[in-house]
Amino acid sequence: MDWTALRVSLALGAGTIVILLPFGIWLGHLLAVRHFRGKLLVEALVTVPLVLPPTVLGFYLLVTFGARSPLGQAFQTIVGQSLPFSFEGLLLASAIANIPFVVQPIQRGFEAIPNDVRDAAACCGLTPWERFVRIDVPLAWPSILTAAILTFAHTLGEFGVVLMVGGNLPGETRTLSVAIYDRMQAFDDRGAGIMAATLLVVAVATLMATTVLSRRVGQRRG
Amino acid sequence: MTCHGGIHVSGSIVRLVLPLLIAFQATPSAQRPPTIAAAANLNFALTEIAKQFERKQGTRVEMVFGASGTLTRQIQDGAPFEMFLAADEEFPNQLSAAGLTRDAGVVYAVGRLAIFAPKGSPLVVDERLEGLSRLAKAGGVTRFAIANPDVAPYGRAAEAVLRKRGLWDVLRSKLVLGDSIAQAAQFAATGNAVGGLVAYSLVLSPGFPERGSYAVIPSADHPPLRQRMVLLTRAGAVASAFYAFVQGDAARAILRKDGFAVPE
Repeated sequence: MDWTALRVSLALGAGTIVILLPFGIWLGHLLAVRHFRGKLLVEALVTVPLVLPPTVLGFYLLVTFGARSPLGQAFQTIVGQSLPFSFEGLLLASAIANIPFVVQPIQRGFEAIPNDVRDAAACCGLTPWERFVRIDVPLAWPSILTAAILTFAHTLGEFGVVLMVGGNLPGETRTLSVAIYDRMQAFDDRGAGIMAATLLVVAVATLMATTVLSRRVGQRRG
Repeated sequence: MTCHGGIHVSGSIVRLVLPLLIAFQATPSAQRPPTIAAAANLNFALTEIAKQFERKQGTRVEMVFGASGTLTRQIQDGAPFEMFLAADEEFPNQLSAAGLTRDAGVVYAVGRLAIFAPKGSPLVVDERLEGLSRLAKAGGVTRFAIANPDVAPYGRAAEAVLRKRGLWDVLRSKLVLGDSIAQAAQFAATGNAVGGLVAYSLVLSPGFPERGSYAVIPSADHPPLRQRMVLLTRAGAVASAFYAFVQGDAARAILRKDGFAVPE
């Protein structure tokens, strides 16, 4: 078992949630309660990482932020390190790849709240911000938690982008899924097997947790 | 009530997430051992060399294995490697021409190619590939593994050998291309192909010979696999010491044992 790789995977999953959840709550709420021009395009853009091969994202990130691009060189000068092949770069890639996993469940959660509830709250004199914090977010909480769990699980399973943008650097960008590939190539089937089983257990547990949570949402809706 | 539960859960997520992030950031990059990029055929030899290095010098190096072409691309894109051991001379030369290395480097080993057939395979291995040729004519080759010639020098050498034996066009549609020579070896060793042309150093690695039979390809049948290593511009003291260590007697003995010819 490659504990360092597990740590990188967990940190990547946690970091992705931290970055993405506030954004997902904001955008999910916006898409659920507002109608605006270009909403269709925004919804399509939110979903696009779901259908694109990870190599497309990897390609664009490397071309944009690689050491040979002007933007990558500027980043290197300012921050002192390059974005690809670093944990931070992986975090960026992971955040982009996970947008649909965060926004969609949260949007559905907010949509499930009847508008009457918000109207009633407005009648009681609650400001829009108070309504959001005291009505919307608490009611949609199971969906938000579902989004967080899905993001975490999906990040653990991410492979293509991680290998392309992160390389395979131990302690930095070698996640558990990459470590499995690495162990396979080193004919270490035992090592690969232990890690594969770990990921399998985590994935099943995640999906079970998500199902339980979405049932709670369904009950409230009915 | 939901509100209550919600706040409680959110608190526990924060408690779960923050220590993880802090724990991760707690490893300062300055104290990290240097990362060495190495061609996949060195998977076992270099790991052993690094262990000896650690025993003698008390410092560790991290290693990343992959196809030389893939690693070269990553170095060009800014990957933080301090040293690169390639499977050929062309890729490190490209890097030195681009000013990404400290100097032109040095040839540390000359590799060999071997044909390998897993247990139970209909393929009979020999150094002139006559068994492969017979099997191909009989239509018995379902899959044959080599490394991707675009990114792996051992794949390029395999292509040269197959062309020399007039088998390239015959086998082309049957070839499975590994991302690196290690993956090609894995395809062959696990019986997912009737056999493959793989690095001799991998065939000699622990546990591998029991998986099947092999024959070493004459080095005259392909352009020499002269393997060059370079220190990259960001190389520190530990990487420099390792660079010297790979050229030392202990490392050369390991390389020889693993099927490499070592230059004088």
